[in-house]
Amino acid sequence: MSDPTSGSLVTTPPPEQPGVVGDTAPVGAGLPETKRDQPRGLLGDAWYDLRRKPLFWISAGLIALFVVMAAFPFFFTSGSPNDPVGTGLSRSLEGPSGDAWFGTDILGRDIFARTIYGARASIIVAVAATLGTVLLGASVGVLAGFRGGWVDALLSRIADVFFGIPFVLGAIVILFTFNPEGAGSNEWKIMGLVILALCLLSWPVAMRIMRSSILAAKNADYVVAARALGASNSRIIFKHLIPNCLAPVLVYATILIGAYIGAEATLSFLGVGLQSPVVSWGVMISDSQQYIRVAPYWLLFPSAFLVTAVLSFVMLGEAVREALDPKLR
Amino acid sequence: MSNVYVADQPSAAREGRPSGRLLEVEDLRVEFRTRDGVAKVINGVNYHVDAGETLAVLGESGSGKSVTAQTIMGILDTPPGFVTGGEIRFHGKDMLKMSAEERRRIRGEGIAMVFQDALSALNPVFTVGFQIAEQFRVRRGMSRRDAKIRAAEMLDQVKIPNAKQRVNEYPHQFSGGMRQRVMIAMSLALDPEVLIADEPTTALDVTVQAQIMDLLGELQRERQMGLILITHDLGVVADVADRIAVMYAGRIVEEANVYELYAKPAHPYTIGLLESIPRIDEKGQQLRTIRGLPPSLLKIPSGCPFHPRCPMAQPVCPEKLPPLLQLGPTRASACHFAEELVNRD
Repeated sequence: MSDPTSGSLVTTPPPEQPGVVGDTAPVGAGLPETKRDQPRGLLGDAWYDLRRKPLFWISAGLIALFVVMAAFPFFFTSGSPNDPVGTGLSRSLEGPSGDAWFGTDILGRDIFARTIYGARASIIVAVAATLGTVLLGASVGVLAGFRGGWVDALLSRIADVFFGIPFVLGAIVILFTFNPEGAGSNEWKIMGLVILALCLLSWPVAMRIMRSSILAAKNADYVVAARALGASNSRIIFKHLIPNCLAPVLVYATILIGAYIGAEATLSFLGVGLQSPVVSWGVMISDSQQYIRVAPYWLLFPSAFLVTAVLSFVMLGEAVREALDPKLR
Repeated sequence: MSNVYVADQPSAAREGRPSGRLLEVEDLRVEFRTRDGVAKVINGVNYHVDAGETLAVLGESGSGKSVTAQTIMGILDTPPGFVTGGEIRFHGKDMLKMSAEERRRIRGEGIAMVFQDALSALNPVFTVGFQIAEQFRVRRGMSRRDAKIRAAEMLDQVKIPNAKQRVNEYPHQFSGGMRQRVMIAMSLALDPEVLIADEPTTALDVTVQAQIMDLLGELQRERQMGLILITHDLGVVADVADRIAVMYAGRIVEEANVYELYAKPAHPYTIGLLESIPRIDEKGQQLRTIRGLPPSLLKIPSGCPFHPRCPMAQPVCPEKLPPLLQLGPTRASACHFAEELVNRD
């Protein structure tokens, strides 16, 4: 940061050129200044900032690719995720080749096709569960932090109860209760249940993060000042508290997406999550691990997709967080 | 002195008689219920401010000057703070009896406040233009574009150079003095009738302090606002204030117009304050201070709360609480010996 006092007398240099000294700024600022005349809110400014970040474009491009993959897997592969490539098991556990790019698994199925088709379940579960967790946790956290008193005490204790349930055990109980063995395996029903289980068992963390940020921000001078200028409670929550408390939850959410793809795999591995014939990266990873020595590519390709997807979400979260923090502009 | 009478006559005013005062605080009492006991922070404060007038409220830390302001604004932390008595009348209407919604509407448009530390009092994630414009959009129903133009005008009024560009900047991009100007622009956006400035220059360096005080004075004259200036800096108030109220331990101990107060303080505490200003013609001498510490509000001394530190304390002082005695048309003092102090040569 250049000397802040000099900024009061001259136009502050545009943020893209932090090295520019004040007196040359008007020249450099000519073009952006006309654009910046548009009235914009927080999101507008964040978008203005995001557009010039390669990190954002790379991650957003990858995520868009994964989303298209999840929606229209048949654009990417002509293979079927469940039928063997050759006749019967004739081409079981083959390495990558011309017609099966990522090789075949123990049942002779095309790993490339399965990886493409697996994106749907993995991404839907991870994104929906993350959204659910963050929305539930953050709204309870805002309520608890802002109201305080007995509301806070009650909500915090409820969160503690859910926090105390061991994750795997809790998920098994939820999935078994609502989808007993032999009840048939409707793909969407199981996915919904997995999402529900993940949300129910993880929201207390998001709630605690949000609550503590709100508690810290609630007594900040700008909130008191807003109140002194006659701002209503809802305005204070939505305009002052949430924009200032968003960053930690956002970071948590991006990490959560990766964790949830893994958690979905764990549940599949335990036999309570998604089951064959539904394909997901988690199902593939858990299927492949017994064959890791003879067919490492079976583990490698779905894992690579998973890692790339998680990385894209983390990068996107990071870019968005930076864009939302004016001090980094 | 012939015209000495006790100033506390609340009954007459309480009959709903409109006193014509813009903002009037009467016998306000606030206590903080803490784990260590009840701290009586404000013990019957009376003051008023009229349109176009500047009242400076002077006092040490913990004298209750800021809490009075917070109570007027309705931003007192409850709990621990509770208003236990008194009235705050704005245009003759008691604000403490209004509904929360009525009070909220007065904030910003009727009474606004400038905070001490402008950096923390501005929302860090929005541009200053957006924050000022928001008030026009929400309270005046202006469009985004018009509101932004008005926001730039406000910044121009508080003499921020290049206001049109700076309206798009964030609070952290402003220097301390400029930030305080933004804060003032924000408070004045809705044209309040009373502005409370809570130590507006404490966080600034001396040269900037003078600029901000001049600006406040100028804006106050232009708009004919009532200005309540809360400060502990005697130097700051001399030029700007019309009247000064000195607070100690949650009470007004002396009230006078500026000239009277500086020329002939009528309370030993005020005398102590004035003597502890460093003076250029007393070079090499030890700086005079008021001995002792401000009293703990959990345990305010009996009688006159200033008696343990008072150089003129007499046997009567720990016994009896001196009432605020009117000594003249514009001045009052809460000291048993106020008359002697005023009449000394």
